[in-house]
Amino acid sequence: MKNLFSIAALSVAGLALTGGMAGAANTGISDGVVKIGVLTDMSGVYSTLGGKGTQVAVEMAVKDFGGKVLGKPIQVIGADHQNKADIASAKAREWIDNEKVDMITGLLNSGCALAVQKLASDKKRITMNTGAASTELTNKSCTPYGIHYVYDTYALGKVTAEAVVPSGGKSWFFLTADYAFGHSLEQNTTKFVTKLGGKVVGSVRHPLSTADFSSYLLQAQSSGAQIIGLANAGGDTINAIKQAREFGIDKKGQKLVGLLIFDTDIKSLGLKVAQGMQFTSGFYWDRDNATRDFAKRYFAIHKAMPTMDQAGAYSATMNYLKAIKAAGSDDSDAVMAKLKSMNISDFFAVNGKIRADGRMVHDMYLMEVKKPSESKGEWDLLKIVKTVPADQAFMPLSESTCSLVKK
Amino acid sequence: MDITLQTVMSQVMLGLNNGVFYAILSLGLAVIFGLLNIVNFAHGALYMLGAYVALLGFTSLGPLLGMPDFHLNYWAALIIAPLVVGALGVVIERTMLRRLYKFDHLYGLLLTFGLALIIQGVFTNFFNVSGDPYEAKPEILNGAVNLGFMMFPKYRLWVIAISLLVCFGTWYVIERTKLGSYLRAGTENPELVKAFGVNVPLMITLTYGYGVALAAFAGVLAAPIYSVSPVMGAEMIITVFAVVVIGGMGSIMGSIVTGLLLGIVEGLTKVVYAPASSTVIFLIMVVVLLVKPAGLFGRES
Repeated sequence: MKNLFSIAALSVAGLALTGGMAGAANTGISDGVVKIGVLTDMSGVYSTLGGKGTQVAVEMAVKDFGGKVLGKPIQVIGADHQNKADIASAKAREWIDNEKVDMITGLLNSGCALAVQKLASDKKRITMNTGAASTELTNKSCTPYGIHYVYDTYALGKVTAEAVVPSGGKSWFFLTADYAFGHSLEQNTTKFVTKLGGKVVGSVRHPLSTADFSSYLLQAQSSGAQIIGLANAGGDTINAIKQAREFGIDKKGQKLVGLLIFDTDIKSLGLKVAQGMQFTSGFYWDRDNATRDFAKRYFAIHKAMPTMDQAGAYSATMNYLKAIKAAGSDDSDAVMAKLKSMNISDFFAVNGKIRADGRMVHDMYLMEVKKPSESKGEWDLLKIVKTVPADQAFMPLSESTCSLVKK
Repeated sequence: MDITLQTVMSQVMLGLNNGVFYAILSLGLAVIFGLLNIVNFAHGALYMLGAYVALLGFTSLGPLLGMPDFHLNYWAALIIAPLVVGALGVVIERTMLRRLYKFDHLYGLLLTFGLALIIQGVFTNFFNVSGDPYEAKPEILNGAVNLGFMMFPKYRLWVIAISLLVCFGTWYVIERTKLGSYLRAGTENPELVKAFGVNVPLMITLTYGYGVALAAFAGVLAAPIYSVSPVMGAEMIITVFAVVVIGGMGSIMGSIVTGLLLGIVEGLTKVVYAPASSTVIFLIMVVVLLVKPAGLFGRES
């Protein structure tokens, strides 16, 4: 029952007036501590690209911020949702009700993310989603306290389709992870493929965490499609690509296109297998001096380079803390008002802005996997082919079905 | 997808490919259950260990020994990994399982289940859960062969061939040789066999060692196909137990044939209705348990 009496006043003041005014209505830090919860896949197919590495990034951000905000300590806790939406909800509820967690980040897996974003919003807590991809988070299921920070299926589908279709990849077959994320990625990509004059000849859905893709790949092969689109992620993408190489699918003129790929996937596949693949990413550690500085410090702790989820979690945490400082309070309404009005600009996000629907828009990148001969080190994996400006990468507000967007 | 002879044949081949893994793992379980009366839940973890011995032998053993250019190659791993894991099995049997023979099956099951969780937990802590690639596939097994109806990777053909050889070899030794008759007699009436001067406890220890070595062997075979990950065994073991139950606990031939058949059934389900492929084995298990509780090849006691 946090500040019940002031909430009505705040929601008016916080939205209508400036954040500073809202802060004046309710200053200081509730419960004497700012608590950030990292709720994500810590042990399953996605744990390498998020997992403990995301918590490491959040802890780094807290340390870099000075460990205190408005004179009160900042605490970070983490938990594994095991890719199960019920476990994710139960944990989030426990954190908010008993542990007084103020903000939840990470949230890989769209199924878990949708559940937690809704629950947190009902309890007026902020979620800064760095892991999940479904566009539903900022459309039908958008909330006043939900921020979608790093990437989404619209941007992934758009940037990749715009690179692949004009260069000859007209007919597509999808291998799709059978849950919210995969469906959303397939649907969004299909939209752009058709818009650009291509067509989708078929798709097959596989369960999350599949070891053997050979039979799905054969279906893709017999479909005769030029492009096999992988609407999955992490371990699933890795297995599908490896096995496609094994069956010689690429040698017969069919091309595999991963729609969501992380540096850690490429690391696991090896450059020999992955070379030449193009995909969309929100971040690459080796982009400029600022990203390299961060990556080097991160590597020293985590022994791996940060993925876009992990780097995004650092940036989200840092900006959340800045917003608290600027608002003079950790009250969710005041902090959200600040977050939505400030510019997000750091090593992670270029031209970043959090919109009314909760979408953080920033520049996205079309990446290409290097040839083994081009790589100069263990983590020298990718090159940036093209930078796609924020307003071209993400879904325009005019198309959003989020009820918070005034039309 | 259209159902053509070509797609059916392709899925049968892929099903057979999965089937040999089921067969070789359930065979190990059947040998252990038949002769030791232990439901070895650690089998999946030991399969995973086999793959890791091969992986680490290739990537880390050389640097560890101060010889950075030394890599344990695939062929050597196929022999060494089962030996290493088999030796671990001997230690497990001597120090732990041995104390449980006089109790109910349940205790052995709980102990091995606990072991599986510990081994898997330790590996999850140190290794990449989404898997590491095993790059030591021999050059000769690279590429694919044209079978007429599909291109089939040479490596997978090799896996099918060597697995069938090992499975039927094991069956032959246990069911048709003198050594096998000692083993079977030792489980029927250990006192009598001891009286003939056979060292029954040693025989049992080595049997467990062999059973888990089979799991490690399958792990090495699987390493180049799938990513080597700490959870690869946990994903496999549930299906394999269903196979053992369907085939009949402890039946050697039953476990081999059922493993192969269910792999193929799974493959064919993917042609007809793919989403059911992960459930079809369990559906069959339910039906078999209702109709013939001892399993397809089991003897009613």
